[in-house]
Amino acid sequence: MNHVIPGVDGFMYPNEVELQWSLLIVLYPYITGLVAGAFILASLARVFKVKEVQPTYRLALLTALAFLLVAPLPLQLHLGHPERSFEMYLTPHRTSAMAMFGFVYLWYLLVVLLMEIWLDYRKEIVLLSRSTHGLRRFIYRVLTLGSQDISEGSLRVDDRVGYVITIIGIPSAFLLHGYVGFIFGSIKANPWWSTPLMPVVFIFSAMVSGIALVLLVYEAVTRLRGQKIDMPCLDAIAKYLFYVFVIDFSLEMLDLVHRIYESDESFRTLDFMVHTRMWFSEVILQICLGTLLPLVLLGINQIVKLPDFRRRWMYTLAGIMTLIGIFAMRWNVVIGGQLFSKSFLGYTTYKVEFATREGLLPAIGLLILPVLILIVLLKLFPPWEEQEA
Amino acid sequence: MEVTRREALETAGKFIILSGAARVAFNELHGEPVADPEKYTAAEHWWGMTIDIDKCIGCGKCVEACAAENGVPDGYFRTWIERYRVADNEPDNPHVDSPNGGKDGFPVLNDMPDAKSFFVPKLCNHCADSPCVQACPVGATFESPDGVVLVDQTYCIGCRYCIQACPYGCRYLDPRKNVVDKCTLCYHRITKGLVTACVEVCPTSSRQLADLKNPKDPVHKFMRENHVEVLKPHLATGAKVFYKDMDEAVR
Amino acid sequence: MRFKDSEHLVRLAFVFAAGLVLFLAVRHAIVPKGFGELGHYRPGALKDIAALPVKFAGRTTCEACHDEVAKVKNEGKHAGLSCEVCHGPAAAHTQDPTEHAVNKPDPKVLCVRCHEADPARPKSFPQVVSKDHAGDVSCAECHKPHSPKL
Repeated sequence: MNHVIPGVDGFMYPNEVELQWSLLIVLYPYITGLVAGAFILASLARVFKVKEVQPTYRLALLTALAFLLVAPLPLQLHLGHPERSFEMYLTPHRTSAMAMFGFVYLWYLLVVLLMEIWLDYRKEIVLLSRSTHGLRRFIYRVLTLGSQDISEGSLRVDDRVGYVITIIGIPSAFLLHGYVGFIFGSIKANPWWSTPLMPVVFIFSAMVSGIALVLLVYEAVTRLRGQKIDMPCLDAIAKYLFYVFVIDFSLEMLDLVHRIYESDESFRTLDFMVHTRMWFSEVILQICLGTLLPLVLLGINQIVKLPDFRRRWMYTLAGIMTLIGIFAMRWNVVIGGQLFSKSFLGYTTYKVEFATREGLLPAIGLLILPVLILIVLLKLFPPWEEQEA
Repeated sequence: MEVTRREALETAGKFIILSGAARVAFNELHGEPVADPEKYTAAEHWWGMTIDIDKCIGCGKCVEACAAENGVPDGYFRTWIERYRVADNEPDNPHVDSPNGGKDGFPVLNDMPDAKSFFVPKLCNHCADSPCVQACPVGATFESPDGVVLVDQTYCIGCRYCIQACPYGCRYLDPRKNVVDKCTLCYHRITKGLVTACVEVCPTSSRQLADLKNPKDPVHKFMRENHVEVLKPHLATGAKVFYKDMDEAVR
Repeated sequence: MRFKDSEHLVRLAFVFAAGLVLFLAVRHAIVPKGFGELGHYRPGALKDIAALPVKFAGRTTCEACHDEVAKVKNEGKHAGLSCEVCHGPAAAHTQDPTEHAVNKPDPKVLCVRCHEADPARPKSFPQVVSKDHAGDVSCAECHKPHSPKL
């Protein structure tokens, strides 16, 4: 080819050279995935009565809330006209997966997460509205909605309704992240994205990342409080993480094997892309370091009983690598889907900028922000009876 | 001479009718378009385009004209030309290039003298079952009643989902307005009886505007008498840009 | 379960209801008029787009004034060409001919756009290797652009 466009190999349709969905759009499914996964862990305690993970119940809910509040922000930064984004609620196009997702998000935030947290904390909120002062008191008083009733009867009502909401919350969490998967999976124009497996893979990788997140948050918060880590709790979380990870890995492998076997018209170009431009992010980061390594670390502990100290470090490392690996997975889906031409004849390059609206700096900020929000939430709504976090 | 009101009205009426008739006659004789957009009824039209690949010489004047007519920003394309060079031992691996979309023509390349080579103009296919319209979350992109896929630039939020959904690569984000833009089939021209800018300037009549609802339109003969294809038929987009004698190497 | 124990839930329901009412009110105020009448879009968009300015006048408009040139051209090999493919957009010129003059392109640059020999061009299309055919001489030295055949 004579006419050389920097970063492009082969031929791309002229409008395809520039990537449309950036790092921020990688962040968005990552964050919503953490939310869905954290919630599933919470529901293990509440609905499936897994007593061992009970110490993380409230922590998981607050973690989910902190991340869910941040989730729309990468989208707002990405939109050409964020001031018009409310149009998605005013005139949602019913055929658009993105529009319908706006309502799934709203449902999940208001009806599932906020209600469940409110019902679970209502007694503490009422008590704190009496015992604190100033701004904190005002916040608690607003949250009581004017009702000071914390009688046995009312708490029983809370418990029953909260249980129902958690039950509704489980399919809602699947819908939340499955829908994000469907947003990609329904695009027939893009063979990297278009597969019925996409929503399922997204759900399971969400669960993996969310569980890993709560594991790490639990460890960090417990240490900061100077408390002793509940090892049976950690063991239980690690066990569920392992088994969900096995399912997630199987699904990813199924997709891969299916593509290789059927070898349709898109396969050659996608295969080449993975072997060249995506070698590091897909093979090294997502598969080896982000999936196989955690599976080994977690799997060993399902077979042999190692001393507490060693187990803890293996879980921690597995958790960190999982979080990195699932981020890499989101990167590979979103960015990977835009690196190759729909003509199957060429590739482009994605250059992450630093201090622009969609650059690395805001992305880092958006990952730190939920942690800050979580700290505030932990102070307002302490998960443990002893004292504040 | 006294003129009664009745006579005056009669004369005035005749004058109006005759001058109107004269204007229509003048237009018919000179082929000037009925330039009144108020008279345009969308339901009477179903727009598309026909492209004869064997006639395209790759001059790129259509790309230039489109950019001038529609104020298309540099580096983005509502229409573009692709040059294909297919070696007979590698039919699955055509060499394709589109330098600046073909806007300045193509530099002559002689390094594949035995290859089959040709030019393919591309543009929005104004799909009847458009995947981009399906994907738009707010209703900013839509298909008009006369079959043209358009973008409401006051409503688009710039999420770019439609760009991802389009299989043909015909959409882009206008960096000046931060909304999505694409070929409008020169809607502002065709509703006034003009042809699109690209069709107007095409020196070999490779590109022709087609009105599928008009029984006198040459598209019907075109479809009946030629081997016709749309791009990516397996995606069932209902594309309405019809290519005559397109090679299977075309992506 | 006595009603008294669920009173806080009723309060919550009120909050949700109030939110819904507020949302519907905002929606009624903001959604553009007529949205949804023709399809899921603002029908005014059709008028907005149809009202965009025209830049290329179209050959029939050119020929209405420049009929002598048109006659020459329509009897020659360039009969199928529009005027504006060489002379550029001329709608402004039709509004005010003296204010907006039309391009007279340089033949050395423009002619080869179409007529430089290229293997990708159809064999039946007239094309030459301009370097061998004319060297540095301008095409217009021999070929008249409106009727180019010698």
